Amino acid sequence: MAGSTLEIKDLHVEIEGQEILKGVNLTIKGGEFHAVMGPNGTGKSTLASAIMGHPKYEITKGTVLLDGEDVLEMEVDERAQAGLFLAMQYPSEISGVTNSDFLRSSINARREEGDEIPLMQFIKEMDSTMDYLEIDKNMAQRYLNEGFSGGEKKRNEILQLMMLKPAIAILDEIDSGLDIDALKVVSKGINKMRNDEFGCLIITHYQRLLDYITPDKVHVMMQGRVVKSGGPELAQRLEAEGYDWIKEELGIEDETVGQNA
Amino acid sequence: MKVDTQLPYDKEYITQYSERRNEPQWFRDTRLKAADLADELPMPKLEKTRIRNWNFTNFKHEVSGAQIEKYEELPEKVRVLLGEKSANDNLIIVRNNDVAYASLSKELEEQGVIFKDIFTAMSENEDLVKKYFMQEGVSVDENKLTARHAALLNSGVFLYVPKNVKVEKPIQVVFWQEDPEAALFNHVLLVADQLSEVTYVENYVSQNENEESVANIVSEVFALDGAKVSYGAVDNFEKGTTTYVNRRGTVGRDATLEWALGQMNDGNTISENITNLMGENSLCHAKAVSVGRGDQKQDFTAKIVHFGKESEGYILQHGVMKDNAASIFNGVGKIEHGASKSNAEQESRVLMLSQGSRGDANPILLIDEDDVTAGHAASVGRVDPVQLYYLMSRGISKQEAERLVIHGFLSPVVKEIPIETVQNQLREVIEGKVY
Ligand SMILES: Nc1ncnc2c1ncn2[C@@H]1O[C@H](COP(=O)(O)OP(=O)(O)O)[C@@H](O)[C@H]1O
Ligand SMILES: [Mg+2]
Repeated sequence: MAGSTLEIKDLHVEIEGQEILKGVNLTIKGGEFHAVMGPNGTGKSTLASAIMGHPKYEITKGTVLLDGEDVLEMEVDERAQAGLFLAMQYPSEISGVTNSDFLRSSINARREEGDEIPLMQFIKEMDSTMDYLEIDKNMAQRYLNEGFSGGEKKRNEILQLMMLKPAIAILDEIDSGLDIDALKVVSKGINKMRNDEFGCLIITHYQRLLDYITPDKVHVMMQGRVVKSGGPELAQRLEAEGYDWIKEELGIEDETVGQNA
Repeated sequence: MKVDTQLPYDKEYITQYSERRNEPQWFRDTRLKAADLADELPMPKLEKTRIRNWNFTNFKHEVSGAQIEKYEELPEKVRVLLGEKSANDNLIIVRNNDVAYASLSKELEEQGVIFKDIFTAMSENEDLVKKYFMQEGVSVDENKLTARHAALLNSGVFLYVPKNVKVEKPIQVVFWQEDPEAALFNHVLLVADQLSEVTYVENYVSQNENEESVANIVSEVFALDGAKVSYGAVDNFEKGTTTYVNRRGTVGRDATLEWALGQMNDGNTISENITNLMGENSLCHAKAVSVGRGDQKQDFTAKIVHFGKESEGYILQHGVMKDNAASIFNGVGKIEHGASKSNAEQESRVLMLSQGSRGDANPILLIDEDDVTAGHAASVGRVDPVQLYYLMSRGISKQEAERLVIHGFLSPVVKEIPIETVQNQLREVIEGKVY
């Protein structure tokens, strides 16, 4: 058994009555790293949010299955329990809730009542993971994302990823706002997750993250659809030549979702 | 409901009550004068809360409480406030208005700290009590309820910390209304003399979900020049009690007063917390949290008045409303002429958990001086669905996510409660009220 499988089939999503995703198809298996690339406003975050169950997004058509189970029928917490994780582009700030209490609640939510993670074990794991990600120790006691810098928020998402060990993770613009050192640290964390069981969908509109994390497959999104898929060489071509050649190839003038091809 | 506006207790009753207790003449006179005023004066003026139908007159005035010999006699409700066998040696337990247990460490006693029943203090520390009792702080004639307070006073504690004395361990008082009909006309008089330091924590506990009663509480706190006072409170009267609580601070030069109030009553409540920053460079943090549930109506005022130059006042009020509860949160920062370089900040936030609940935040800044800074933030809203989504996306259930957000919302005050057992109890009260 090589981990879980996430299948996205013909996914259509609306926000406030406007269709943003217009039929996305994508399958991610345990052990695989996929990259979804595309300029701003092409529907990448919408895809991630719809899979996780963000309250603003309405699914009008299509299915999302995790190991054959209908994800769209699940509450958000059930999706997480089933093995999904989303590192958000804009994580929420929650005042008065310490990072460490939040993480412990998240871990315990996956365990049976009476089988909570022992406090010392939790502290040890959190400490060593924070060390690995070069996160300042006082972040454990700070309120969840409150007053965090952009980079701190991203590291904190990866801290959660590493502590929660999901089956399939979606990382939405995990590289944005990071300087090169931070980017290296975050990549190191993500690469540490790599094994036969773990599947990952990395969303980015820069190629530079893929210098540190080599994807198995690369997909390009435009106008709310996956318009091109390929291997790692596709990312390299995008870095060298940008997106214009794809637009030309497909006859797309405006790649954002407001437009129809 | 029939509502009497006049009390069933007249001047003759008051005279006899006072005589039975051998009170000094000056205090008997104060009571009788107050009784006259109580007839004449209007009820406190509340802009947005109607109190016409609240019970202010149906209660039992004279009750008594037996001495507490053993920790085991205390009900669970009181025990949780004290922790294991009560490690606190600076503790008073008031049971049905009588001091039923009192202890003060030898060390503090030797340093001249006074911590006792207010009636005893009237005789034994007459000068001090006379000087501060309802003089510069809360006046007898502010309204009908302050006058009734003086006329019918039946409980109280006096705490005095002499000059330069720094009390390290918190001083705790538990007011336990064991008799469900017992009215509490309670006065807390706390005087921290120059350059002294003290932490005081009080708890109000009643057991009257069904029986009607009244709590009329006045706290006067004096932080004299250079003193530091930290005042924590958890009010936890049950549904039957109508509460009027008036906590007033007077802060001298270079002195600090920090309030942390957990306003967790289940009955209708008027709570007023006013601090006068008299001295130059005086500082006050007035923090309060509350939870409203059922049909209860509450009116909260947090007000800081700046008289001294370079004085700083920070108000923070956070309230959670559920069911059909309604609350008004008044926040008032007032800077008097001459209080230059002062800073008045306030934040009032209300979180609504149900369709039927109501919460109003009224931030007010009144400024009579040019060279000052001031600011306010106010919000009334629901739990942010995107915050819940974020928490739930980590596997946390919706209910647990809401719990985290609510506790987080109330934590700026809860974490300021000075005694850990009381802090934990406040968390549990919140938990009990919200779920
Ligand atoms: N909250 C919203 N309300 C209305 N429209 C939105 C909202 N969020 C996104 N959109 C629309 O969806 C498009 C795609 O957004 P998004 O999925 O965030 O793109 P990407 O992540 O690729 O930059 C945006 O260009 C915008 O037009
Ligand atoms: Mg995006």
